[in-house]
Amino acid sequence: MEVLSYLIPISLILGGVGLAAFFWTLKSNQYDDPDGDSARILRTDYDDEPAQD
Amino acid sequence: MTISETPGAAACPGCLAAPVMSARALKRAETIGTEIQLSLPSIHCASCISGVERGLMSLEGVNDVRVNLTRKRATVHVAEGLEAADLTAALSAMGFQAQPLDSATLSAGTSDLAARDLLMRLGVSGFAMMNVMLLSVAVWSGATDATRDLFHWISAMIALPTIAFSAQPFFWNAWSALKAYRLNMDVPISLAILLASGMSLFETMNHGEHAYFDAALSLTFFLLAGRYLDQKMRTVARSAAAELAALESPTALRMVNGVAETVALTAIAVGDTLMVRPGGRVPVDGTVSEGASELDRAFLTGETDPVAVTIGAAVRAGEVNLTGPLLVRADAVGQDTLLHSLADMVSVAEDAKSKYNSLADRAARIYAPAVHLLALAAFLLWLWLTGGDVRVALNVAVAVLIITCPCALGLAVPAVSTVASGRMFSNGLLVKHATALERLAEVDEVIFDKTGTLTKGTPELLDPDTIPEQAFAIATALADASSHPRSASIVAAARGRGLPDVAVSDIVEHPGLGVQGKLNGKVVRLGRAVWVSGNDESGATQFAIEGTAPVSFAFVDTLREGAHDLMDALRKRGVSIMLLSGDAQEPVRRLANDLGIENWRAGVLPTEKAAVLEERQAAGKRVLMVGDGLNDTAALALAHVSIAPASALAAARVAADVVLVSPDLSHISDALRIGRSARGRILENFAVAALYNSIAVPIAVFGFATPLAAAIAMSTSSIVVSLNALRTR
Repeated sequence: MEVLSYLIPISLILGGVGLAAFFWTLKSNQYDDPDGDSARILRTDYDDEPAQD
Repeated sequence: MTISETPGAAACPGCLAAPVMSARALKRAETIGTEIQLSLPSIHCASCISGVERGLMSLEGVNDVRVNLTRKRATVHVAEGLEAADLTAALSAMGFQAQPLDSATLSAGTSDLAARDLLMRLGVSGFAMMNVMLLSVAVWSGATDATRDLFHWISAMIALPTIAFSAQPFFWNAWSALKAYRLNMDVPISLAILLASGMSLFETMNHGEHAYFDAALSLTFFLLAGRYLDQKMRTVARSAAAELAALESPTALRMVNGVAETVALTAIAVGDTLMVRPGGRVPVDGTVSEGASELDRAFLTGETDPVAVTIGAAVRAGEVNLTGPLLVRADAVGQDTLLHSLADMVSVAEDAKSKYNSLADRAARIYAPAVHLLALAAFLLWLWLTGGDVRVALNVAVAVLIITCPCALGLAVPAVSTVASGRMFSNGLLVKHATALERLAEVDEVIFDKTGTLTKGTPELLDPDTIPEQAFAIATALADASSHPRSASIVAAARGRGLPDVAVSDIVEHPGLGVQGKLNGKVVRLGRAVWVSGNDESGATQFAIEGTAPVSFAFVDTLREGAHDLMDALRKRGVSIMLLSGDAQEPVRRLANDLGIENWRAGVLPTEKAAVLEERQAAGKRVLMVGDGLNDTAALALAHVSIAPASALAAARVAADVVLVSPDLSHISDALRIGRSARGRILENFAVAALYNSIAVPIAVFGFATPLAAAIAMSTSSIVVSLNALRTR
C-alpha cells in the first residue's frame, strides 16, 4: 500500500494543475465571448488576446 | 488555383502573425485613447468580425478594435478627435449597421463580477468533489482501518477549505435571513453542509465508518450550479436591457452665443436655450422660443397625427421634432420633467412586483421548516431507541438533512428558467424579470396599446391608386425634399409605380406647414390643408397646383407584422383581448374592426389606462399589458406582467418585464406558450423532488442511509431535473 503515498499526491497535483488552468481562463476573460471565440479560431487573421472589456 | 499561389495561414502561421502582431503592439504602445462602445446588431459570423475589425483599424486614429460576437458589440479605442459618428458612418459604408452606446450606462459590470465569482466557487467545488469522490469510491468498495482513516483524513483536508470558500454564498444568505427572523432555502442548505462536514470530521477523528464529505461537496457543487445559471441568465437580460437604455445617448445641443454645442443632459439648467434638429428628440420640458415645426407626440399621447408648434408652444421631453429646427427654452430639467414623474410611478409598482410569490419561494416556505422538524424528529427517535447514544442519533439526523437537501429543488427553477429564456430569446423576446415567466403562464387577459404597439406608428398612404398620376408625380418630387414621415410614405408609395419625371424647381420646406416648389412658373404646394387650399380640415394633407383644385392624400397607420396571427392565436387560447388607445375615436375603431377586437376604448388618458388596469386586476384578471409609450408606462408597471416592443421609449422598456426585440408581434403568443410550458416543467420538477424525498426520507429516518446511497440519490435527482428542464418548448 506504500504506492498510495506517491499516487495520492500525484493525483492531487494533477487535479490542482487543472484547477489552476481554470483560474487562468477565468482571469483572462475567456468566458466573455464564447460565440466570438468559436468563430475567431477559423479565421486567417492573427489574434493576440481575448477581449479586454 | 494551386497551393503555391496562395500560401494560407496553415502554411506559415508565423509569417502571417509576426507583422500583424508587431503592428498591433506598436499601436497599443501609442496612446490607448478614448473608448467608444458600438452596438452591432447585424453581425453573426467570423467574416463579420474580420470585416468590422479590419475596416475600423484601417481608419486614421483608431488604435484598437475588439468585437464581442456574443454581445454583438465592439469596443474601439480611438485617438482624440475621432467621434462615434465617424465610426458608425464608416461601418454603414461597409454594410454593417452600427449604433453608438453610452459607456456610462454600460459600465455597471457588478452583476458580471458576481457571475464570475460564482463560477470560481463552482470550479473549486467541482474539483474538490471529483477528488473526494475518487477517495470515497475506495472507501465504499471496502477499505478498512488505517486506509479508511487515511482516505477520510485526505478527504477532510480537501473538503473543509473548499466548503469554507465555495459555500460562502449560502452561509451569507442564510445568515441574513436568520437575522431577520425568517427561514429561506439557504438555511437548511447551510445547516446540512455544516452539520455534514462537522459530523464527518468527528467520525474521522474517532475512526468511524461513515464520512459525508463527498455529500457535503456535491451538495455545494449542484446548488452552486443552479445559482450560477440563475445569475448568468439575469446578467444577460440586464446587460441587454442596459444596452437598450444606452442606445439613447443623453445629450442635447445647447446654444451658447449663437453656436450649438453638444452637452450631456445632466449639464442643462432651467433657462438654457437648446437646439432641437429635425428628427431629434426634445430633451427636456420647455417652451419654443424660435422656429416652427411639427412634433410627433405618439410616444406621449398615442396620437398618430403630428402636431404643429410655433413660438410660445409648450413641448415635452420625449417628443420628436419632424420638420424644422426649433430653439427651446428649458422650463424643467431632470427630475422635474414629466418623464421622471412617471418613473416614480414605475418604481412604486416595481416594489409591488418584487413581492410576487414565486413558485420557488412557495416551495421553500413549505420545505424549510418541514426538513428541520424531520431531522429533529429523527434525532429524538434515535436518542430514545438507543437509550441516549448522541453519536448515532446525530448521525441519522445528518443523514436526513443531507438526503432531503434540496439539490433537485435548487436546480428545479434555474434550469427551467435558463432553458425557457433561451427559447424566448431565439423567438426575439428578452426576459428582464426573474419571475416574468411564471407570471406569463397565469395570463388570462391581454390589453394592447395601439400606436407603436399594434401599429408601426408610421403613416402609410391610403389608396395610392386613386390619386391622379400627374399630381402624384409632382407631390413625390416635393416630398422627396422633406423628412416628414408622411413625405417619406408618399415617396415609398411612388417607388416602382413608373411615374413620369417632373422637374420641380425652387423647392423650399416651410416648417410646420409643408413643402413648396415651382413647376412651369406655377407654385405647387404639398402640406397642411389650411396652408395649401385655405380649407380648415384638421390633420389632412393636400397637394395643389396654383389655381387648380387640391388633391387630398389620406394616411393610415399600418399594422405591425403578425398582428392578425397574434389575435387568432390569443382567441384560440381563450384569452380576452382589449384595446386601450390615447388616439382619436375613428382610427381606433377602424383598427379594432380590422383586428376583430370588440372591446376597445379611444381617447384614454395615461392615468385612465392605469385605472383600467387596476380595475381589471381587482376583478381577478391576470392582465398582460403590451405597450410602448410614455402613456403606457404606469399601466405596464401595474399589470400582472408586461411586454414592450424594442422600439418603445426607454421608460416603457424599463417598466416592462419582457422586451419584444423582433418586429413580429405574433411572438407574443410564443411568449405565453413558453411561459406555460416553463411553469409546467417547474411543477414537474417539484413533483420529482417530492417523489424522491418520499422514498429517501423513510430510509434515512430509519437509519439505513449510507454515504453511497446519499451520493447516488443526490446525483440522480439532479440529473433527472436538469433533463426535464430541457423539455421546455
